[in-house]
Amino acid sequence: MINAIPLEYYLGLASIIFLIGTVGVLVRRNAIIVFMSIELMLNSVNLTFVGFSTYLGDTAGQVFVFFVMAVAAAEAAIGLAIVLALFRNKQTIYVDEVNVLKW
Amino acid sequence: MFSVEANFLDQLKDSIGLFLPETVLIATFLLSLILDLIFRKSRTLTGIVTAIGFVVAGICLIGQTGETAFIFSRMLVVDPFALFFKFVILLSGLIVVLMSFFSKELYETTEGVGEYFTLITGMTIGMFLLASASNLIMIYLAIETMSISSYILAGYTKEIRRASEASLKYVIFGAVSSGIMIYGMSILFGLTGTLNLFDINTFLLSNEVNMVPLMLSGLMILAGFAYKISAVPFHFWTPDVYEGAPVTISALLSVASKAAGFAVLIRFLKSAFIDPTLSSDVAWNTISSIDWQYIIAILAVVTMTVGNLVAVWQTNVKRLLAYSSIAHAGYLLMGVVVMNEIGIAAILLYFFAYMIMNLGAFYVVMLIANKTGSEELDDYQGLGHSAPVLGVCMTIFLISLTGLPPTFGFIGKLYIFSAVLDSGLIWLAVVGVLNSVVSLYYYAKVFRNMYFRGMDPPKEPMTFSYGSMILLFLLAIPTVLFGVYFTPILAWAKSSVEIFFG
Repeated sequence: MINAIPLEYYLGLASIIFLIGTVGVLVRRNAIIVFMSIELMLNSVNLTFVGFSTYLGDTAGQVFVFFVMAVAAAEAAIGLAIVLALFRNKQTIYVDEVNVLKW
Repeated sequence: MFSVEANFLDQLKDSIGLFLPETVLIATFLLSLILDLIFRKSRTLTGIVTAIGFVVAGICLIGQTGETAFIFSRMLVVDPFALFFKFVILLSGLIVVLMSFFSKELYETTEGVGEYFTLITGMTIGMFLLASASNLIMIYLAIETMSISSYILAGYTKEIRRASEASLKYVIFGAVSSGIMIYGMSILFGLTGTLNLFDINTFLLSNEVNMVPLMLSGLMILAGFAYKISAVPFHFWTPDVYEGAPVTISALLSVASKAAGFAVLIRFLKSAFIDPTLSSDVAWNTISSIDWQYIIAILAVVTMTVGNLVAVWQTNVKRLLAYSSIAHAGYLLMGVVVMNEIGIAAILLYFFAYMIMNLGAFYVVMLIANKTGSEELDDYQGLGHSAPVLGVCMTIFLISLTGLPPTFGFIGKLYIFSAVLDSGLIWLAVVGVLNSVVSLYYYAKVFRNMYFRGMDPPKEPMTFSYGSMILLFLLAIPTVLFGVYFTPILAWAKSSVEIFFG
C-alpha cells in the first residue's frame, strides 16, 4: 500500500538520486554518461512530484510528471544528435577533449 | 482535483481569441515546414514566409493593446507587461530573419536553410509563452520549447566543428539548469500544493511555511532563470555558444531569449513572492522573510563585474560581445533589484535600446565575417577605411552599448541608474557606473582597431549589397534618433507596467 510508506522516504530517495545525477554531470567525461546523469536528475524530480502529488491528493503534480517525461525524451534525442554531429567532426565523445572554444 | 466548470467551453473560446498572435506563429511554423518539404530547392522561400508570419503576428499583437486577462484556465496571462516583451521578442526575431538572408556562413556551410527559419519560429513561440506564463508547468514547457529549438540552432552549421561543440555545451548546461529549476518547482509544489503563481502567493500569505525549503526552492528556480539571462554563476555557456553559433543565432540568443528570461524572472518574483496588498512604492514587501532584494543585488553586481572584467581580455569580437551581453544582464538586474514601477519601466526601456544596438553590433560582425571570414579583433584593423559605412555604424552601436550620449543606450542606462538612486541604493549605482567605465575600454578597442591601426598598406575597399545596407541603417538610425527623441518609447514602457502593478 502507498500509505504504508511515509512521504519522507520518497523525498529522501529523490534527493539522493538528484545528488548522484548532479555529481555524475560534474565528474563524468563521457557525453553519453553525462546525459544519463541528467536523466537521473529529471527522474528524481518526477519522484518528488509524484510523492507530493499523492500526499496532497492533487493530481497537478502527476500532470507535471508527464510533461517532464515528454520533454526529457525530446531533450535526449536532441542531445544524442548533437553528440553524433560532434563525433563526425572530431571522433570523440569525451567532453574534456572538446576544447576548441575557451577563454 | 480537476473538474470541468460549467462555462468551460465559453472560456476556451475567449482564450483562443486572446491567443491569436501565438496561433499565427504556430501556423507560420507548420506552413514553413511544409513549404520547405515541397520546394526544397528554394533557399529563401521559408525565410520570406517566416518574415510575413512575424509581421502578421505583430499586427495581432497590436490588437491586444490594453487587454488584461487570464486565458486557458489561468495557465497564461495576457497583459501589457507581457505584450511589451512579446514586441521586443518578435521585432528581434524579425530582424534576425532579415539578417539571415545576408549571412554567407549560413548559406555556404549548410545543405538547406529551410529548417533554420522554422526553428526560429519555434523558438519565438516558446519565448511568447514564457513572457505570459503564470503557471509552473507553463514556465517549464515554454523554457524547454525555446531551449530545444535554440540547441539545434546553435549547432546549425554542423560541418563547422566549433558550432557542434558550442551546441553540445549549450545542451548540457541547459539540461542541467532546467533540471535544477524543476527540482525547485517540485519542492515549491510540495510546500504550497499548487502550481499557479497567484495561488502560491495566496497560500504563502495565509499560511506559515518552513523557510529553509522555501528559500531552497526559490533559489533553485532562480538558477534556471539566471541561466536563461546568462547571469553569473550560470554564464559559462554564453561565450562558447556565442562564439560557436552562427552570428545571427548569437544575436537572437543575446536579445530575445534574454528578454523572455527577464520577463519570466520579474513575473515569477512579483507574482509569487511579493505581497500585492501592500503599497507598490515599497515594492519588496516579500511574503517570506527571505531578502530577495539582497540576493538579486549580489547577483547583479557579480554579473556585471565578471562580464566587464573578462571582456577586457577578449580577442574575438563575438566573444567580446558575449561578455558584454553578460554585463548587460547585470545592468538589467539592477532594475529588478528596485522592482517598483520606475525600476521595471526602466528595464523595459533599456531592453528596447539593448535590442536595437546589440542586434546592430552583431549585424556588423556578420557583414565583416562575410567578407573577411574572420571574427578576430586583429582582422578588424583598417576596416574603418576599407568599409567606412560599417565603421561608422559599428562605432555608433558600441558607443550606445557603453551608454554615452547622444545614443539610445545612454537613455536606457540613465533611467536604470536613476531608478536605483531613487530607491536609495547608492552603492549599487556607483558599482554600475564604474562598470560602464570599464566597458568603454574594451568597446573602444574595437574601433581603435578599425580606425587607428593597419593603415598601410591600404586595404581594398569593400562593397556591400544595397539590401544589407538598408537593414544596417534601419538599426543605426534609431540608435541615434531614440537617443534624442525617446518620449514615445518611455511612455509605452510606463503604461506597460501600470496595470501590472495596479
